[in-house]
Amino acid sequence: MTTSTPAKAPSRWERLRDSFLWYSFKRDRTAQLCLAVFICLVIAAFSAPLLAPTDPYDLRQIDILASELPPFWIAGADEMYTLGTDAQGRDLLSIILYGTRVSLLIGFGAVALQALLGVTFGLMAGYLGGRVDAFLMRLADIQLSFSTLMVAIVVGAVVKATMGSAFYSQYAVLMLILIIGLAEWPQYARTVRASVLAEKNKEYVDAARVMGLRSRRIMFRHVLPNTLSPIFVISTVQIANAIISEAALSFLGLGMPETHPSLGSLIKAGFDYIQSGSWWITLIPGAVLIVLVLSINLLGDWLRDVMNPRLYKG
Amino acid sequence: MALLEVSQLDVRFALRQGEVRALRDVNFTLERGERLGIVGESGAGKSVAAFSLLNLIAKPGFIAGGSIKFEGKTLNTMSERGLRKVRGNRISMIFQDPMMTLNPVLSIGEQMVECLKAHRRISTKEARGIALDKLRQVQIPSPEKRLDQYPHELSGGMRQRIIIAIALLLDPDIIIADEPTTALDVTIQAEIMALLLELCEQHNVGLILITHDLGVVSQVTQRMLVMYAGRVIEQGPTREIINDPQHPYTQGLINALPQMATPGEKLNQIRGSMPSLSNLPSGCAFHPRCDFINRADGQPRPACTQQVPDFVDSGNCRVACHMVAEMLEDRRLKEESL
Repeated sequence: MTTSTPAKAPSRWERLRDSFLWYSFKRDRTAQLCLAVFICLVIAAFSAPLLAPTDPYDLRQIDILASELPPFWIAGADEMYTLGTDAQGRDLLSIILYGTRVSLLIGFGAVALQALLGVTFGLMAGYLGGRVDAFLMRLADIQLSFSTLMVAIVVGAVVKATMGSAFYSQYAVLMLILIIGLAEWPQYARTVRASVLAEKNKEYVDAARVMGLRSRRIMFRHVLPNTLSPIFVISTVQIANAIISEAALSFLGLGMPETHPSLGSLIKAGFDYIQSGSWWITLIPGAVLIVLVLSINLLGDWLRDVMNPRLYKG
Repeated sequence: MALLEVSQLDVRFALRQGEVRALRDVNFTLERGERLGIVGESGAGKSVAAFSLLNLIAKPGFIAGGSIKFEGKTLNTMSERGLRKVRGNRISMIFQDPMMTLNPVLSIGEQMVECLKAHRRISTKEARGIALDKLRQVQIPSPEKRLDQYPHELSGGMRQRIIIAIALLLDPDIIIADEPTTALDVTIQAEIMALLLELCEQHNVGLILITHDLGVVSQVTQRMLVMYAGRVIEQGPTREIINDPQHPYTQGLINALPQMATPGEKLNQIRGSMPSLSNLPSGCAFHPRCDFINRADGQPRPACTQQVPDFVDSGNCRVACHMVAEMLEDRRLKEESL
């Protein structure tokens, strides 16, 4: 036996640097650009209270006389408002920053809820099989046969009718997370179940059972980590989808109230003024939404290529 | 009382085409520190037997009858909770393919610590200490380093050593080794087998060795079972069976070993292949492949094709064969007439 000095195990950072993920990221311009854009948007959105010139939630800072001012490159602009103002005289830059924050919050929150429900149910369905599987998957089928919009309309109507619309506006973010989260969990459940079915028959699961470990432990500690890559890939798509769903709901007036607008409700608010020439109120938030969703989707594409071994080994 | 006592074990699979009997009338005992071999072709029911010992037969399989008694407690009627205390802790198992048995996303240390913590109330630090000690026992080079490595960083032989270390982790009474060396290359096979034997002797651990390698069985085990199509057809002390096989199938197996053939000649073989369990031949399941179904007078023995043979005692061995039974009967009659 050679007397080798006990080599220290590589740290997580070193492992990442040696990984295929990092290698592929270094060579992919699109992925780098998208990640940069996405990170900028996230930082800008979550530090909105620091970055925004005004606080759009504070009614005292709003001057109704300064409404519908154009952005800086058009004649008649006020240099105080870089991107102009909306119909209520709120600074468009500030409100877009705050709105992006709301959109991202709902997008991530809804996906977290989807993942929580979907991964748990998918794991149980796949690993336990039999009646549990049949029940959970039929539940997923039923859930998928309702569209997100319909769920939102029904839940919105019920909550508004029973609790009043003031209550709804107050908890709109939570309501939207709940609605979008509940509507889309079957996507996760199906993906996870499919991978669990493939993993379940591998010998390491038998070995874990022979060791006398509990089912729950085998499910979450042994099987789940082996199904992570498809979960990562669909998460990116689901975040983009959730942001779009939220925007669509808000655009239809079922989402965020105009006092706490998201990107979708900003687009909706501006849409009424597009005919009167104030196009920027709707187009600028629209552009931000497109850039945000596009960068997430392209990142997801890249991640899918990296994590699917068949695509790079074949 | 024997440590492990299996009697009349009957395992079936409820398939769409109907019930298939994967194991029937399996009887054996294992004493503390004893080594038992189970041999047979692929599909003879060896692995099913191993899994059913721990009551881990996956659906649609189930134990339809018989009993498995470990220290007097019946495992096949025990609660899941009670079984968990036996699995890994008192009886552990080694699988065929070391590439597949370790979880690829957990480090060796994590997997060993997890196994220890599932059965004992100890801290992670203590558990790592025990894990390290076991890794030393299996003579793995630089064991400290291995704890933080992942399975893909190790070679097949090293992984099988780690699996043996995991099997020994809780000082079990019995290790079931299901073809532990099949996936390794020949030089490593011998090393791993020697290591396993040494550790079993050292710790007085009972070993149930499942294999199709008669050479390994004859070197390692004290008693053996020969299985064919879900039944035990011959069982007894390993030495006697290897030196003087009674059942035509066992004779064929031993005859088929490469060292039994004359140099330059074709290797001996048993003609045909094992029948599917869902479509067993009538009578003795081996009769379509048996060279001895004809009696001395040239007439086929009717019992072979019509009646499942019962066990007969032949010396220290038990054999399920009509021919052997007939021979023994003849001998007995002759002795009586003298």
